[in-house]
Amino acid sequence: MTATLHSPAREQRTSPAPGKGRGRIRNRNRLWLLVFLSPWAIGLVVFFIYPLLATAYFSLTNYNGLDSANFVGLRNFVYLFTGDEIVRTAAYNTLWLVVVLTVLRVAFSLGVAAVLARVQKGGGLFRVLCYLPSLVPPVAATLTFVFVLNPQIGPVNTLLRHVGIDGPLWFNDPNLSKPALTLLTLWGSGELMIIILAALLDVPKDLYEAAQLDGAGAWTQFRRITLPTIAPVLLFGMVNSIIFALQYFTQAIVAGSVASGSADMVGNSQIIGYPNNSTLTFPVWLYQQGFRAYHMGYASAMAVVLFVVSFAFTALLIRQLRGAAHTEGARS
Amino acid sequence: MTALLESSPPVTPAVPRRRRNGRRTLDFIAVHSVALALGLMFTLPLVFVFLTAVMSDQQALSSELWPREWHFENFVAVFQKAPMFTYLTNSLVYSVLATAGMLLSSIPAAYALARFRWRGGNLAFMLVIAAMMLPPQVTAVPLYSMWASGHLTGTLWPLIVPYFVGDAFSIFLLRQFFLTIPEDYLDAARMDGCSEFQVLYRVLLPMTKPGIAAAALFTFLYTWNDYFGPLLYVGERQESWTLSVALASFRGMHRTTQWNLTMAATTLVLVPVVVLFLFAQKSFVRGLTFTGIKG
Repeated sequence: MTATLHSPAREQRTSPAPGKGRGRIRNRNRLWLLVFLSPWAIGLVVFFIYPLLATAYFSLTNYNGLDSANFVGLRNFVYLFTGDEIVRTAAYNTLWLVVVLTVLRVAFSLGVAAVLARVQKGGGLFRVLCYLPSLVPPVAATLTFVFVLNPQIGPVNTLLRHVGIDGPLWFNDPNLSKPALTLLTLWGSGELMIIILAALLDVPKDLYEAAQLDGAGAWTQFRRITLPTIAPVLLFGMVNSIIFALQYFTQAIVAGSVASGSADMVGNSQIIGYPNNSTLTFPVWLYQQGFRAYHMGYASAMAVVLFVVSFAFTALLIRQLRGAAHTEGARS
Repeated sequence: MTALLESSPPVTPAVPRRRRNGRRTLDFIAVHSVALALGLMFTLPLVFVFLTAVMSDQQALSSELWPREWHFENFVAVFQKAPMFTYLTNSLVYSVLATAGMLLSSIPAAYALARFRWRGGNLAFMLVIAAMMLPPQVTAVPLYSMWASGHLTGTLWPLIVPYFVGDAFSIFLLRQFFLTIPEDYLDAARMDGCSEFQVLYRVLLPMTKPGIAAAALFTFLYTWNDYFGPLLYVGERQESWTLSVALASFRGMHRTTQWNLTMAATTLVLVPVVVLFLFAQKSFVRGLTFTGIKG
């Protein structure tokens, strides 16, 4: 087991070359540090720190992308939390995805990985088959599922019809569009499966053997040995899935627009969220407000809210990663 | 761990000898039938896409699953219906330049984060993670305004330029790889009089080729698959569309309900990715397990 998230300090040793003073080495290193880091430092300021500050500023204005921004205080936030009916739907949809997607994605990936870990014949092939869909570009994957789940001609409903079941409307039913998106996302969660599979294969085998000698059944072994050992990876998967769900945009906006059968370009405000705003996620509404309706001040206020929520989860992830690094360090 | 997609020793719990054989066979059958079912579940949607792509116009509107005739010319028709070569070129320009820029800017940054001890090193690493996790929608408004004031919206530059000043995810991934090389190797090179630049490019890079390949692959894929970025910056200007944007609008744009051509276009977009993967399986998996907690 090698931890890769040690703080750099721990493995760093400056070794002075013979005959040279420490001070000179340090100065030389400082110069190289500057050379190596400056492109990234510029990028950090221009594409991360500046836009974050600017978003915070715009959120307090009525900026519309053309005229100069006027300061309006907290009016955007007041409207966001009390006035905008649609943002409430959008927040609900995103929350739905955060809860359902996160739980199902981790559980499903764990289930598939557990099966893959026990496959003896053709393991490589099965792994490739399970992983492949996660590589499919999101737009192509969404089109695939809108077609496969098409109520009239889609293969799924056709097969259901063969066994005498009247298939549902899937992406055309406000109650089923989010579950359909969930299916689409589970289909493409091969990355998490492989990460969990790696963790499963790393569980020391003698632990299982010892447990068997003590007469522990499969479930007890899973609960007492497997789960505790791979818990850090599962937690990583959880936080990762939460942040993924908070940004859920492409699949939602493309599924809504393609399923609506509308002739308009994707992102058109009439078809956004089809059917019935059920695929209108928070980032989709942010995009619509900011770049279709040019309510850029208001979109910035939404961005601030999105930032605060996702930053909270990122902080959780960082804490967990550091915690993992520390325990690893203690063990080795 | 490096060969996850190839066969690796399966986890078979040891069972007392007497009961072994019978239970083993049952177990084998159960596990393999579930695996087979899963394999089918993951593959069938793509098979349906391909089968529909080669159907005739009429049949594609029916609920039949198997093509009566194979119309491979549908793939050609896609190119006639839409300027796919333009979109393909745009996608390639975006992905290739972004990947090149990422390699130029992120390798030194990752090296600095992995191998230099300095005040602020930890803070810098935290900033990398924060930037990596930031939803792209959060910074979209000011960045769009910034590029618009430079009259560069409608071009691919707003998508490409950021990669030339460091990509957070790649820096994170490369740093993880760089940390696996024992410092002694680098020290030896320094003793021989190598500068830090030479240590990085003569010693560290040749030893971490798989990591570089993984970072390049992930960047290429991410940009190839990207939809939000191109929609934001070139959505209004059709000659700058990438394949993702074009595919999303394909069905609506051509005032057609022809699923066969839409599915043919879908096939064309996803085939390069699948081929890339089949050629570079190992790098993918190595990169993946490195983004997790351990390596």
